[in-house]
Amino acid sequence: MKKNTEIMINVLLIALLLAVLFILERTIPSTSMLFTVLKKGAIYALVAVSMNLLNGFTGLFSLGQAGFMLVGAYTYGILTIPVDQRPNVYMYFEGGIVQFALHPVIAILLAGVAAGIFAYLIGLPVLRLKSDYLAIATLGFAEIIRAFFQWDKLGPLTNGSNLLRSYPSYKSVLFYFIFSGICIALIVMLINSTYGRAFKAIRDDEVAAEAMGINLAHHKRIAFVVSSYFAGVSGALLAMYQTSIQASMFKSAMTYEILLIVVIGGIGSVTGSCISSFLFIILSEWVLRFLDNTTYIGSFQVPLLRSGFRKVVFSVIIMVIVLFFRQGIMGTREFSVSALLGKKKKAKGGEQ
Amino acid sequence: MSWLSRNLPYLMAGISVGGQYALIAIGYTMVYGILRLINFAHGDIFMVAGLIMVYASTVMPIYLSIPLVLILTVVIGFTVERVAYKPLRSAPRMSVMISAIGVSYLLQNLALYITGGLAQQYPAIPWISDTITVFGVTTKRVTVITPPLVILLVVLLVLLIQKTKIGMAMRAASKDFETSQLMGIRINSVISMTFVIGSFLAAVGSLLFFSNYTGVTPTVGAMPGLKAFVAAVFGGIGSIPGAVIGAFIIGISENIIKGLGWTTFSDAFTFALLIVVLIFKPTGLFGEAAADKV
Repeated sequence: MKKNTEIMINVLLIALLLAVLFILERTIPSTSMLFTVLKKGAIYALVAVSMNLLNGFTGLFSLGQAGFMLVGAYTYGILTIPVDQRPNVYMYFEGGIVQFALHPVIAILLAGVAAGIFAYLIGLPVLRLKSDYLAIATLGFAEIIRAFFQWDKLGPLTNGSNLLRSYPSYKSVLFYFIFSGICIALIVMLINSTYGRAFKAIRDDEVAAEAMGINLAHHKRIAFVVSSYFAGVSGALLAMYQTSIQASMFKSAMTYEILLIVVIGGIGSVTGSCISSFLFIILSEWVLRFLDNTTYIGSFQVPLLRSGFRKVVFSVIIMVIVLFFRQGIMGTREFSVSALLGKKKKAKGGEQ
Repeated sequence: MSWLSRNLPYLMAGISVGGQYALIAIGYTMVYGILRLINFAHGDIFMVAGLIMVYASTVMPIYLSIPLVLILTVVIGFTVERVAYKPLRSAPRMSVMISAIGVSYLLQNLALYITGGLAQQYPAIPWISDTITVFGVTTKRVTVITPPLVILLVVLLVLLIQKTKIGMAMRAASKDFETSQLMGIRINSVISMTFVIGSFLAAVGSLLFFSNYTGVTPTVGAMPGLKAFVAAVFGGIGSIPGAVIGAFIIGISENIIKGLGWTTFSDAFTFALLIVVLIFKPTGLFGEAAADKV
């Protein structure tokens, strides 16, 4: 009984959120910063949750997220550029070798599949490694992927180190919310399934998990491939949001940002990751913007304020969180309406 | 002979870059040996040393700015350890690693703020930046002096570790962190000392590195940093001679790959090597067998 009402409330809340977004889109001009922030926030929420699935729920410390996003973004771009635009985009490669264009939604799904295939292949050697060695190897592979996609011999496919552009993209913020919402819901369902429980068992104690009959290699591979699938999807969404992509933007700094989002939200909390992605994007793209502008009060120039200061302040905040609030916003707890109203179940999550 | 004269520039560049990687790699391998921490910020400390030199040389003569660079870099390395790693001594290893990534992010953004994102021209250091000709190859003197200088520093360091009291404490701490504390070793000063040495060598490395590649940008430290770490793993993490040999091998192979016209893959090679080493010989060339690496 209680569970049903909770589901009802959540469905209502989501419907309300979508309705609000729908109304906002009809009332506020579409160039507003609000939409930029919301779109990017939704994309980052998806990739943060996908990283959390690995780092927070399976205990695999992987730093390859930017590489898989790159695969997704490129797959999307390559498959959707309209045929008549290809000679323009692939101007140095005689129009490229792909001479068809798919529907954007199909291309997004295929972007995930491509990232998943890459993850499967990379996972074969890499998943045998543990903790920090896994981190550095995945980071390395992300760099290899980036170099590979910029290779001019692959130019007819990837356009070398030039931009991919002119592909179709959805402008509505609703699309991003619904799409990444569905993906996050799928990840949550996975986490709550028997697979998810096996992942958590592996995270807590590999040896014990193996003794309980959990196939370590199999489950690690599933977590890695699924996480990369959704990283690929979010890469495709990012490509769509930015309207042009280039391999050079998917550097390890991007993975670090996503990791820090996960840490701020709480490693092991899906809602924490979502909340902190929106916070991160809203703060860094919007609220703290004023720190980047040279400002005068009367004739007095406010010291320190100039281009780049925003990021410094931001990284200091992050360091403070990493050092003093290691649990992040949510710890391993999840945000839920009933907890907010009743506060009865609050003790349930608890410490790790 | 023509093959040699065609490839000699790459070989020399490789040995020189390898030496510079070696100086960074020592910082990684020593810290990892004691704290079991990949100090992601080490590459950025190397970058910061480059920036300090850029700014110091505009206000004071070179013979003052070089010691200043060394001292300030050591202070920064020491401070990073005290502020960002020491409070997390009893925390899970992953938290310390995340903190290291946070420091790296902070240093890069700080550098971005100070430089305004523009590549800064590294000053030409008299004598070592001079152009000379060796075996018919025109190069800078730094290319030639790097290998002997690296070897000299490594010999000094090995002597320090083998012969002095603090060196003995370091060896004890890297063998068994907790027991060495029980034996009365002040672990915090040992760790600080490791960071001081690592940062000092990174500063020397940056003097040599940037004399060859004159532009300093906020992200310039990331790649040499990762490569130096790979070198440390390749040589056997915790082993100083291993790190140096690994760094030379990586530097040379990378430049040979560039010479073959595969520049795109010169970075990828390093990571491919890392993965091969970790899978087939996780202890590296000179590492001691350890249980929980793979």
